[in-house]
Amino acid sequence: MSVDQATVRRIAHLARIKVADEEVPHLAQELNAILAFIEELSSVDVEGVEPMTSVMPMQMKLRADVVTEGGEADPIVANAPAVEDHFFVVPKVVE
Amino acid sequence: MNTHAKPSKLIKGATGDWEVVIGMEVHAQVTSKAKLFSGASAEYGGEPNTHVSLVDAAMPGMLPVINEECVAQAVRTGLGLKAQINLRSVFDRKNYFYPDLPQGYQISQYKSPIVGEGIVTVDVSPSEQIAVGIERLHLEQDAGKSLHDQSATESFVDLNRSGVALMEIVSKPDMRSADEARAYVTKLRTILRYLGTCDGNMEEGSLRADVNVSVRRPGEPLGTRCEIKNVNSIRFIGQAIETEARRQIDIIEDGGKIDQETRLFDPGRGETRSMRSKEEAHDYRYFPDPDLLPLEFDQAFVDGLAAHLPELPDAKKARFITQYGLPAYDAGVLVADRETADYFEATVSHAGKPGGAPRDAKAVANWIMGDVAAYANSIGSPVAQTHLQPAQIAALVDLIGDGTISGKIAKDLLAILITEERDGDPYAIVEKRGMKQVTDLGAIEKVVDAIIAANPDKVAQALAKPSMLGWFVGQVMKQTGGKANPQAVNDLLKTKLGL
Repeated sequence: MSVDQATVRRIAHLARIKVADEEVPHLAQELNAILAFIEELSSVDVEGVEPMTSVMPMQMKLRADVVTEGGEADPIVANAPAVEDHFFVVPKVVE
Repeated sequence: MNTHAKPSKLIKGATGDWEVVIGMEVHAQVTSKAKLFSGASAEYGGEPNTHVSLVDAAMPGMLPVINEECVAQAVRTGLGLKAQINLRSVFDRKNYFYPDLPQGYQISQYKSPIVGEGIVTVDVSPSEQIAVGIERLHLEQDAGKSLHDQSATESFVDLNRSGVALMEIVSKPDMRSADEARAYVTKLRTILRYLGTCDGNMEEGSLRADVNVSVRRPGEPLGTRCEIKNVNSIRFIGQAIETEARRQIDIIEDGGKIDQETRLFDPGRGETRSMRSKEEAHDYRYFPDPDLLPLEFDQAFVDGLAAHLPELPDAKKARFITQYGLPAYDAGVLVADRETADYFEATVSHAGKPGGAPRDAKAVANWIMGDVAAYANSIGSPVAQTHLQPAQIAALVDLIGDGTISGKIAKDLLAILITEERDGDPYAIVEKRGMKQVTDLGAIEKVVDAIIAANPDKVAQALAKPSMLGWFVGQVMKQTGGKANPQAVNDLLKTKLGL
């Protein structure tokens, strides 16, 4: 698998990262280098080995169904660039 | 399974018959107090951004912790859908950008959902049943809500819905008509309500459907499908399918081909239209959420939930048929709503007058499905939430059963219970208002004789045309205030007139 320049532009767009045209060839090269390294890992035979999800054998913590947060909009919108009546205000997005 | 449509379900095109193939993704909001991964309230509504924790607003450094009740609700739903419960499932990130999704990804389940394959038995009509396969059910977060009509240049975002737990229930493409699709969603909603895992309120968006529609010639492989997003009423689901199937047939018959795409149903215009903006976003780049360990539980947890599951609609229907001797149709109508089913049972089992005849369950069903349901409809209320008590309906049925009042007088009695004496005791009302039917043959005979004597011309007509009997019955009823026993009147008239 190899990443071409069109793929770099697409990934950047999907991630909403602005990439200048002159950066694209270099980024493609870098991503290909990473993929080449992953390729190397792929050579290890992991047939029948469970994927490891945690270094320590742990179970996911569960929370009781109790309302413990919320009730105050001020701290939620405190850092927003634009707020009106406790709504976040963003540039118009319509279908 | 339901692979080929019956000829009656096919749609006629200009060049022959077409079969429509439908699969559905239903998003059902989990009934819980708090959200899926935070302690903020999951309640509908609220002032903007008041049901929001710092997790839901995706503040840096906040970590999700799963709500155990949401897990239990998903397992209960899986059990109700007779589905495979996966003791180990994994949460993934589904990546896309939208202002009402502050994380920049939705936590969902992609490769390993909590519930696998199951099956739903669907009554399409009293005489037709189909089985619809369930592909999977997974847990995921809802997004926030954007308001676009507050300003010409800005959108307003409220995150109260953000992070509320949803179950996405994916069916197999097992439906072959709009009727089948409507019946499937109706049944699914009934099951969810019985289980108490989703309130099924489509107006508030607790239940919404994405509908996949394709068409093909009977017997051919599946055609290209289009997905109609976010249809929010059962009626619109039917309309959207019919509209979309027709659109696809017209395109193919004109020599065109269907593009696989996401579409929107516009009920006002009765059309579906493309949502091109959604296409590029389809590359969601799923990967396991590193903030969450796999979700694991043991069979004992599942068994514990299974042991406390309520009786589900199919089982209740079967029981109503055997226990009360109801026809399948009546049983199906009564169990469609759990409260109505309970109301029926409360009425049937309500203690009658000592020494009275056993209550006729079919008669109770008739009254509930007929006059009581009609009244409930007229005031826009479910049967069980009208002021009419099971005890009142039980008494009414008993009064007919033991011959105290006729079926016709019973309708008057119900009208009194609905208007003047809303919490009245039917026995007392009948006594007080003299509504008992006259079964004294001597008294009825006097009236009959008087009418026959006063109408010799009608008697002659009746001899030539026996259907004239109805006129005489009407006269007797009029003179007795409707209280004469109809059977006795009929018998007496026939004898006296020599019919």
